[in-house]
Amino acid sequence: MSFPLLTFSEQLILTLAALILFSSFLLLAQTRMIGLIHTFAWQGVLLFAATVLMASSSGHHHLFISAALTLGLKVFFIPWQLRRLVVRLDIRRSVETVGGSSLVMIAAGALTLFSYYVVLPIRELSLLATRNTIAISLAVVLIGMLMIITRRKAVAQVIGFMSMENGLFFAAVVSTYGMPMVVELGVAFDVLVAAVLFGIFFFQIRSGIGSLDVDHLNRLTEVDK
Amino acid sequence: MSALYLTLLLPLIGTLLFGVIGHWRSAGTLNLLICIAGFVCSLQLALNIFNQGPMLSPGKLFYIDAFNVYLILLNAFVGMTTAVFSRPYMAHEREIGRVDDGRMRLYHSMYQGFLLTMLVALSTNNLGILWVSIEGATLATVLLVSLYRTPESIEAGWKYFILCGVGIAQALFGTVLVYFAAERILPGSDDSLLWSVLYQHATQLEPAVLLLAFGFLLVGYGTKVGLVPLHNWLPDAHSEGPTPMSAILSGLLLNIALYALVRFKMIIDPALENDLAGRMMMGFGLLTFTLAGLLLHRQRDIKRMFSYSSIEHMGLMTFAFGIGGPLATFGALLHMIVHSLTKSSIFVTVGHIAHVAGTQSIDGIRGLIKTQPMVGWCFLLGTVAIAGFPPFGVFTSEFLLFSATIKSWPWLVIPLLSGLAVAFSGLFRHVQPMVFGEQPAGQDAIDANMWPVVLHLLLVLLLGIAIPDVLSRWLDQATIMVVGRGLL
Repeated sequence: MSFPLLTFSEQLILTLAALILFSSFLLLAQTRMIGLIHTFAWQGVLLFAATVLMASSSGHHHLFISAALTLGLKVFFIPWQLRRLVVRLDIRRSVETVGGSSLVMIAAGALTLFSYYVVLPIRELSLLATRNTIAISLAVVLIGMLMIITRRKAVAQVIGFMSMENGLFFAAVVSTYGMPMVVELGVAFDVLVAAVLFGIFFFQIRSGIGSLDVDHLNRLTEVDK
Repeated sequence: MSALYLTLLLPLIGTLLFGVIGHWRSAGTLNLLICIAGFVCSLQLALNIFNQGPMLSPGKLFYIDAFNVYLILLNAFVGMTTAVFSRPYMAHEREIGRVDDGRMRLYHSMYQGFLLTMLVALSTNNLGILWVSIEGATLATVLLVSLYRTPESIEAGWKYFILCGVGIAQALFGTVLVYFAAERILPGSDDSLLWSVLYQHATQLEPAVLLLAFGFLLVGYGTKVGLVPLHNWLPDAHSEGPTPMSAILSGLLLNIALYALVRFKMIIDPALENDLAGRMMMGFGLLTFTLAGLLLHRQRDIKRMFSYSSIEHMGLMTFAFGIGGPLATFGALLHMIVHSLTKSSIFVTVGHIAHVAGTQSIDGIRGLIKTQPMVGWCFLLGTVAIAGFPPFGVFTSEFLLFSATIKSWPWLVIPLLSGLAVAFSGLFRHVQPMVFGEQPAGQDAIDANMWPVVLHLLLVLLLGIAIPDVLSRWLDQATIMVVGRGLL
């Protein structure tokens, strides 16, 4: 695949995909809570831009609704709600030390390579820009998962969870021009409910163990001692 | 058609009603009444399908065939009998102050919401909606797991939320890939995520994409089934939530996730033209079955112990669906029914036991048969049934599964049989002292309503002695749906 052969909008999509992947790496490296939330909002903005671009270049106008949902949920509502909770729980200034952060970054790089390797056998993709975008969206999902595994603060885990969701949404937008409308709405509803539930959980965790550090959630083990 | 809409509408009304009005004294009774009405509607639905065959709703959003209608019926039935148990149980919890009115409101609203999401997951034709409602089932139950607000229950709730959320995200990626493959052969159609459409065009789908998709789906829905190594959330969520929740989580939710997996397998098998998907399920299933049986031995909490037993049985079913072929599939479908009935009756009994003994710790529960013979006997018989003894139905389905295994993979019978023996000894080393041991001083009988348990166990017994002709023909229709050939 040579870059100049692609249309202008395809080139733009690829650029946005690269930026979304980059923002995932940023999320992984970011240790301040407020910075984390802002980076997540920016990832939402990129996703919104990609969706609008796909909608206008492909003529699938229902994508505009998905774009609006993304803008409302991922750029405004969820970051706003998280920010509000962080302020109310007074952990605004808390900095999280991530153990072995350079190792984590290398692992994320390896996951990106792995994603490309996984989509390699799909031969229908060989001539399309889609191969790149599917690989990148898979990488975003996996990096979100890595973030949930490596982070100890509940807020950071939620951001990881939501960025996985971003990766999934990006995959649907770039590979199939979005899912059917009912499904999009359903997924958006689930994300909304999940965001609200996470907020409730923060307070429960805080009042239950006196901290938002999930390392303290260690009472249940697989085999009782 | 109207029976289907009513079946779905009733729990929706219930969710909103309990959510808006809040808790009042007879909310538990109303909860039960809604469940009974739902069961009647689903019975009517099942009769319609049995007489007229598969049914596609006008908007193509719902598709009911022999395979999902029997699960819908099972869902409504277990939902109903658990509601019978839940009413006095939760009233007791309210009295001793473990929950307040606000949480009772949450509990009843989410009880109905959970039933609703499961029924939608079963009846929908759209694979995207299937995902949405299975995720919805997680969301509906996650606050119920942490209902008691103890540090343990909050931990269990968080673990459940994160692990299932992450897992199920993989399933959505798999669904997107299936949609991607379908878009190639049906471009621009809004129907290309409908199961009935995909099933017709399965052979034209691109195998490489579908294989990749199935990997993601297996990990994703497998997390919800409780397949090892993604099972960690399950014992926690089952042991820390209120007992009626454990009964329906164990009896119903796990089935639904497995149902989703089998639906996808039905599309993927013809596309791949080999049984790679089945092999993957067999591997995961066998691993789960073996490991859960071993972990049973090391448990100290009675509800955790039985949740490992659930993992074990889900592993066995996954294995059986993986083998494929009419005999194994028939066995697995039957096993779904008998496991749900037996396991939910055990959890109901365990709820009473926890009230009798005042603890969930296995060491603290002794001499049940002396304190309250009815509870003790039901517990013992339930455990005998779940361990796979004749004449109970679990024996029948396991026998069918083993016969199928001997036909196609003779040497795999060795790990299966030893796994069963391990699980059996694990169960009985704990259950025997709980039932027959010396009762601690001051342990008194409680007011227990055992008829849901007796009813479930009688049904399991009936299925073990003679499967009614109606049911066997019905399961056979479902088997034809799943593997293309019937058994009878």
